[in-house]
Amino acid sequence: MIRSLLVATALCLSAPALAKTIAVAPGEDAQERLQEALILAEPGDVVALGAGRFDLVDGLSLDVDGVTVRGDGMDQTVLNFAGQLGAGEGLLVTSDNVILRDFAIEDSKGDGIKSKGADNIVYYKIRVEWTRGPHPENGAYAIYPVESSNVLVDSVTTIGSSDAGIYVGQSENIIVRNSVAKYNVAGIEIENSIGADVYNNIAVNNTGGILVFDLPNIPKQGGRNVRVFDNIVVDNNTPNFAPEGNIVASVPTGMGIMVMSHYEVEVFDNIIAENGTGNILIVSYTKGQNDPNYNPKPIGVRVFENQHGRAGYKPAFPGGDLLKAAFGGAIPPIIEDGTGENILIGDDVPVMTLGLTTPGQPLTEAKPALSAGASEPFDGGQLKPVVLPEAMEAAVR
Amino acid sequence: MRLLVSACAMAVLALSAGASEPAGVADAMILSDGLPRSLADYRFFRDGAGWQPNERVTPYSLNTPLFTDYAEKYRFIYVPEGQQAKANGDGMLDFPVGSALIKSFGYEIDGKPRLLETRVLLHRADGWLALPYVWNEEQTEAVLKVAGARIPVSFTDPSGKQRAISYAVPNKNQCKECHALSDAVVPIGPKARNLTHDGQLADFARLGLIDRNPEVDYRVPVWGEASAPLNDRARGYLDVNCAHCHNAGGSASNSGLFLTYEEDMPVRIGINKRPVAAGRGSGTHDFDIAPGDPQGSIMIYRLNSLDPGISMPEVGRSIVHDEGVALLSQWIAEME
Repeated sequence: MIRSLLVATALCLSAPALAKTIAVAPGEDAQERLQEALILAEPGDVVALGAGRFDLVDGLSLDVDGVTVRGDGMDQTVLNFAGQLGAGEGLLVTSDNVILRDFAIEDSKGDGIKSKGADNIVYYKIRVEWTRGPHPENGAYAIYPVESSNVLVDSVTTIGSSDAGIYVGQSENIIVRNSVAKYNVAGIEIENSIGADVYNNIAVNNTGGILVFDLPNIPKQGGRNVRVFDNIVVDNNTPNFAPEGNIVASVPTGMGIMVMSHYEVEVFDNIIAENGTGNILIVSYTKGQNDPNYNPKPIGVRVFENQHGRAGYKPAFPGGDLLKAAFGGAIPPIIEDGTGENILIGDDVPVMTLGLTTPGQPLTEAKPALSAGASEPFDGGQLKPVVLPEAMEAAVR
Repeated sequence: MRLLVSACAMAVLALSAGASEPAGVADAMILSDGLPRSLADYRFFRDGAGWQPNERVTPYSLNTPLFTDYAEKYRFIYVPEGQQAKANGDGMLDFPVGSALIKSFGYEIDGKPRLLETRVLLHRADGWLALPYVWNEEQTEAVLKVAGARIPVSFTDPSGKQRAISYAVPNKNQCKECHALSDAVVPIGPKARNLTHDGQLADFARLGLIDRNPEVDYRVPVWGEASAPLNDRARGYLDVNCAHCHNAGGSASNSGLFLTYEEDMPVRIGINKRPVAAGRGSGTHDFDIAPGDPQGSIMIYRLNSLDPGISMPEVGRSIVHDEGVALLSQWIAEME
């Protein structure tokens, strides 16, 4: 009895302790050793992943606040989930104030890293990749924070997601920056979230580069206040490989930046080029829904000071070829469906409106028309920058 | 089931012969803030093999149990001396601090029961804690495995089919994934509506385990009770197998798919509901439940899958529960 109590005390979870580093090396029993470290870590601890490949057979999870999981670099420390037997993601984080940095997740069966209800989470220099390239049986999301306040995704690389490379859903106060998303269906997607700055990213060779969506019948909706700026969104022409049924399966191949049924979005100072369907698309949610609390329209979208390259030369939506011929070989780089409210286009390029009046109206009823775009480019910036807690910024300096 | 009966018999024995026995359950272990290394530290059982419940450790069973790869489960409630759980309508029993729920998992192999793991849920002063203990080969001791384990096992399922699986003991975090409600760990099983069979609640009240035999207006049908309304059986199955994650405060809250027995909004239980973040879990289907079309419903697609990126539930299933799929398929097929 006394001995048991001593053991129990030694293992005590709540005893104050100095922050320590728990080193875990790849090799035999990596699953159990790494998972045990993630469970027994205490707030302030660093779980240090050694260089090399960790061959894992189940999903990993972290549920301790204030833990840093740190590898030797996104090409040096690789968590390999090719042999995964269970769990819906490679790594699941459900605690607050967690920093994930300098490692890679490869070939997880479901999502790469999911953090749910994990406030103040930092993803830094993380790579999540499905190594066979685009494939419908790849996992859905590479980096997947959801239901969280204060999210920082910085300097990550995502490759091959069958849904979105960087997907932030049902969250508040978000920064996604300095990251690369390539060969995903959606490069970066902000969904049903409030307050996001998406900047200095490169979205290339996805089906769609950057998406800002608000969807119905979801616990948190009314997405608003998203700024997409200073990004390079180029050559997003990978044929859509998302499994049908998912919203991104309806994203036309060749899409640069797409805004769907959202409040207050600013798209500015981006370089957007070589996207076969269009550089910027602003539309309503088109599928049937009867959610009384849902706004299907884009309301308050401002587009300005973007640099446009070639676009619209291979429009991948019904009737696209006819339109392309009608417009002399390429449709305009900016397309809006006509249902939105307070849509301000300040870019000096042609804009096509589809002339629809109601969300969900079929494309066959479209009355496409051309407008010239702004002759006097303007600065439409109204939204304030997202500011994260200083400790989160300090973690990546 | 035979094993359960013997466990019950032993419990009755325990209750009647309690006074002459030595030490009861180690309350200090339940209430400590440590992680006891061995299951024996708690003294929930008189024997090292985990079959003979100690005094005040009461076996129970559920009307419809959670499917866990056809494992046999042996469940016990412990409420400390001088205390009672409070019945709360047809919902979760409200257990006092110091209580524990104990659940052993095993299979009958070569005619002999073999335990693989015992999970304990401890009600400590700062909330519930879930811990998994894994039995040794000799069946003499179960030790804490916070990181979980995989155990290869072969057995015969109730339909007579031979099965060989990699049985997954959940890690401590996975325990919480299912047991979390708004980030706090809570029990899942002992809801009054799922305890009504064979006068069990009345027995609990008579033993003083609960403060009264509650009125249960809407009970979960007993698994296999073909005479119960199809809708009740299907909703009971979803409540027991899915709703611990699929509720507004659970691990699957972001999906917007809420499968509790109480939920009455059709789109929330999946009827004509589009997926949110299902990825390839959608199986190319548009709706969680497409009324009249089980094969076109995401719910059935995911219950029929063994691929970790698709299958539901995410934890605790490496075999398709054919009988469960059949029940839900019939329910969806008959839906207008």
